[in-house]
Amino acid sequence: MKFSRVAAASVAALMVGAPAMAELVFPSLSYRTGPFAAGGIPYADGFADYMTLLNERDGGVGGVKISVPECETAYNTEKGVECYEATKGEGALVYNPLSTGITYQLIPKATADDIPLYTPGYGRTSAANGKVFSHVFNFPANYWNGASAAVNHLLDINGADLSGKKVILLHFNGAYGKEPIPTLTALGEKHGFDFSAIPVDYPGQEQKSQWLQIRRERPDYVLFWGWGVMNQVAIQEAGNIRFPLENMIGVWWSGAEHDVKPAGDAATGYKAVAFHGVGSDYPVFGDIQKYVVDAGKAAGNGDNVGTVIYNRGVYAAMMLAEAAKKAQEIHGVADITSGQMRDGLEQLEITDARMTELGMEGFGPAFKVSCENHGGPGTAAISQWDAGKGTWSLISDFGPSDMEVIQPLIDADSMAYAAENNIAERCN
Amino acid sequence: MFYREAGDFKTSYRDDNQTFPIRLDRAGYWVAIAVAFGIVPFFVNDYWVNAIFAPFFIYAIAALGLNILTGYAGQVSLGTGGFMAVGAYAVYKLMVAFPEINIIFHVLMAGGITAVVGVLFGLPSLRIKGFYLAVATLASQFFLIWLFNKVPWFYNYSASGQINAPERSVFGIIVTGPNTEAWAKYLICLVFLVGVAWMARNLTRGMTGRKWMGIRDMDIAAEIIGVNPLMAKMTAFAVSSFFVGVAGALFFAVYLGAAEAGESFGISKSFLILFMIIIGGLGSIFGSFAGAAFMVLMPVFLKNVLVGGMGWPTDLAAHFEFMIVGGLIVFFLIVEPHGLAQLWRLTKEKLRLWPFPH
Repeated sequence: MKFSRVAAASVAALMVGAPAMAELVFPSLSYRTGPFAAGGIPYADGFADYMTLLNERDGGVGGVKISVPECETAYNTEKGVECYEATKGEGALVYNPLSTGITYQLIPKATADDIPLYTPGYGRTSAANGKVFSHVFNFPANYWNGASAAVNHLLDINGADLSGKKVILLHFNGAYGKEPIPTLTALGEKHGFDFSAIPVDYPGQEQKSQWLQIRRERPDYVLFWGWGVMNQVAIQEAGNIRFPLENMIGVWWSGAEHDVKPAGDAATGYKAVAFHGVGSDYPVFGDIQKYVVDAGKAAGNGDNVGTVIYNRGVYAAMMLAEAAKKAQEIHGVADITSGQMRDGLEQLEITDARMTELGMEGFGPAFKVSCENHGGPGTAAISQWDAGKGTWSLISDFGPSDMEVIQPLIDADSMAYAAENNIAERCN
Repeated sequence: MFYREAGDFKTSYRDDNQTFPIRLDRAGYWVAIAVAFGIVPFFVNDYWVNAIFAPFFIYAIAALGLNILTGYAGQVSLGTGGFMAVGAYAVYKLMVAFPEINIIFHVLMAGGITAVVGVLFGLPSLRIKGFYLAVATLASQFFLIWLFNKVPWFYNYSASGQINAPERSVFGIIVTGPNTEAWAKYLICLVFLVGVAWMARNLTRGMTGRKWMGIRDMDIAAEIIGVNPLMAKMTAFAVSSFFVGVAGALFFAVYLGAAEAGESFGISKSFLILFMIIIGGLGSIFGSFAGAAFMVLMPVFLKNVLVGGMGWPTDLAAHFEFMIVGGLIVFFLIVEPHGLAQLWRLTKEKLRLWPFPH
């Protein structure tokens, strides 16, 4: 007991010392350690670098500087709770924890604290239903869009007929990996393919038995929901059993440079779903290079600019900055609160003209968020890895996903949540 | 000078057997209880409860549970995480199925269910011991996590396999869910901790505890003097699992609010709690508290010093945290292989003689 009190007292002394800030606070609950650091580092770097760019080039958003306090979660929900509580007091506007587990944890808490959550391409898929989830936004695409996009691609290359094909989902055995199962099951029934799922336990460094099972079952296609160290292992194992990698499609979290490079040439042809552009041929990256990296203000080592996950961090930061700007417009104040930030997110509109202005022409879709739809358009493309050139390239256009299948699933899951937690429908 | 037995006359067996024989200790105990119940609840905020008190109290309960099994009865267990999961999923199913019943009963029932499961997995301890038993309990860890991932009934068929704690109250005060006040969360954990610690102390100094320690020290000798190993081992597993189940239930329902089997109750949780009791001190109530405090509060403390105080990058601080905590564990175990509790015991011995050690 004695020990704890000394420690707690010291913590208190430190917390009192934290200065009060008149800034727009976008906490970054990042993970630069642990088995998922490979993905966590570039994302956190991209997020922080874009915010630094806005500070350096434009003087923040609407004249107010941005601060990005970072807190290390190591993808661990308990540390996530600690980080949330620690940064909440600093006037956090929105949380973007990059972990589906932490997102699940924060959804009720953040809603009660009137702080929005922004979870692009991850988190609770059914949060796309704004009628139930007032404070959660997962535009422009979610897991179920991703699953549908992968199946659409399979339909494309098979002449719109998948009957009798065998599709296996190799997934992380946690909230993140289990999310696509209901959609893929429904799509399997619709298109007549034989679907089954094989889980990989955290952290996924050992997948011999799973790939043995895949070799035995000889599926036509493998869909893959992995993250961090699990991705590299899976792609190497696929190479080991001579599984043709052009028949393996990862979700957007399983398709970055660091995932395919360890497998070398064997990884050529591996595909991944993408909800935004690849590469660094966009003017915004020139600005980041000029104002942030060359000025020595880059987060981390500054060596991730233009990689897939880094771009996603930039994209997420851009959305939040635009939403903050929208919130400033709606409420007519520069120093917005988290509740006003929520309004900004709900009324956010991204147009192609605005994307061009931001130096990100064609990087992502144009769309409008509404009270009912927090999930955006759900468009996605397929990207493919070329080990020779060392680049990802898009091999399809950003196409729509099968909302006919997805929407009823979103409604059912969100309504179940509403019933469990006595939430009244909004937007009426 | 002040910390001594002299002058504190004991006139009955009851007095002679009390937990704190020294007056200063007794006073300290009552002051600590009074502060914890009467003063702290008025000052805690969300950060203090969610980052410090709730995890500390809950891990202390789990450590007490494991300490009964491993520290007092000598049965090594690596299944603590799995048993916590049983508590968590049991309380979830009960909360959802019987929303009108007081959550305290749900937590106790979850503990009871865990006790039954614990006894079941404790059966191998009748034939095997030591490392072999550790492997058997390890199997229970993996089996239970696999079960909670595999059978959708446990998580009410939700899409992601996550369980979420709905809002429940005790006498009209909300204690689970997002709208819980900080003090309510603090008090519910504290009440359970004090209750469990009180039970543990009284069990371990009575006949049950002496049987456990007999089995631990030499099972054959214990059997010869009339201890029934079946009963001793099964009660140890039952009581230990009950505590661990209560900890798991609180961990999910009050502290985290959402959990998934693999991430929240994986093998690393079993090791964490085993480390707690090894560092704190095997076979010691105080050791369970000290170990939990060390393993839970040290990382938070270091993070606040390194990142908040010194402004280090978060990744560097996280790596240093591992090194410092790891280094301290090695240091403490070299200085005192019997854990922090033994250090505390030695300090008290020295204090009794101070300032005239001869």
